[in-house]
Amino acid sequence: MIILALKIFLIAIIAGFFGSLVGLGGGIIVTPALTILFGIDIKYAIGASVISVIATSSGAAIAYLKERLANVRIAMLLEIGTALGAITGAFLSGLFSSSVLYIVFGLFLLYSAWNMFDKLRKTGGEDHHVEVSHPLADKLRLGGSYFDKATSTQKDYKVAGVYGGVIGMYFAGITSGLLGIGGGGFKVLAMDVFMKLPMKVSTATSNFMIGVTAAASAAIYFFRGEIDPKITAPVALGVLAGSVIGARVMQKLPAKAIRIIFIPVIAFISIQMIWKGVF
Amino acid sequence: MNTQSKDVNLIFSKTLRAGVTISATVIIIGLLKLLITGESGYPGDSYPYTITELFSGVIKFKSYAIILLGLLFLLLTPIMRVVMSVFIFWKEKDYTYVKITLLVLLILIAGMLLGKV
Repeated sequence: MIILALKIFLIAIIAGFFGSLVGLGGGIIVTPALTILFGIDIKYAIGASVISVIATSSGAAIAYLKERLANVRIAMLLEIGTALGAITGAFLSGLFSSSVLYIVFGLFLLYSAWNMFDKLRKTGGEDHHVEVSHPLADKLRLGGSYFDKATSTQKDYKVAGVYGGVIGMYFAGITSGLLGIGGGGFKVLAMDVFMKLPMKVSTATSNFMIGVTAAASAAIYFFRGEIDPKITAPVALGVLAGSVIGARVMQKLPAKAIRIIFIPVIAFISIQMIWKGVF
Repeated sequence: MNTQSKDVNLIFSKTLRAGVTISATVIIIGLLKLLITGESGYPGDSYPYTITELFSGVIKFKSYAIILLGLLFLLLTPIMRVVMSVFIFWKEKDYTYVKITLLVLLILIAGMLLGKV
């Protein structure tokens, strides 16, 4: 049992590390690792993976908040969208065939990944520069400033497309509520595409946000008895350690590097979603 | 940027650090006890998942109950963060964000009550 716990712990460190870098939680690594490598029942793997999302979010956000990469106001505003979306998604799940939705959302995510890749090729993947902030962004004081450890400069940023961001978050919430995966990817994309935030702010803020919705679902799993302590304990501890390390590394990476890691991860998730829809 | 939001970020950071440290410590204690003694405190593969079962297990210092208590602390950390934001924004006299945060909290509670989030 010690060996098994240790193996799970080590994989969880990797999950937490990558999850905190790209703002997606560790779920995409934890669930397949537990089911495929250790033959754990999918029910308990999902329970552990929801806890891993909370662990990634909380562990990394300690540093992201302190260094002001995670924008608390933006997160709070957008959580209206994700929380409403999650409820909508859960209600819709009875009405639609989820296989169609997996394919539609999966294709959309794949298209977004391609788009980001295309931009990376053409513009070199540098951060957006917003000249004039959205009027609502000014009113809600969404703009911010952080010290970029990669370039050793103070970066001020303004925020565009607030409505687009909130609507994007609503769909991100639907995705997590309905399909259980892909939510974090849509969050980062909505902040990047509509609000034109610096990449590090997008991933750190997404990372900060995912813990809240995951906590709400984890509570349900917990009281249904689907959080198995012997599996989830090493997952939680490993992911916490990994995310604390990941958050330190991320600060020193240039925005471009984060995009380069983010794109294949998103492509992988979208293929996972399409796969689930087809089979 | 104003200096206020820097303070806000630090308060949030410290809240999360406290939540994470407490839960990790409790989980480690439970896991070590489980691995050293080999006893979960419960028959077979079973473990507690109601609050009363959980706490009666914690009082008896059962490994699984301690681990689950730590996981419950971890689970509560982000929720505490949202609850605390209401007070933090209130103290900052940032009433727009007090309303926004309350709205988020309300939606989350509604979702949990509906068992749908």
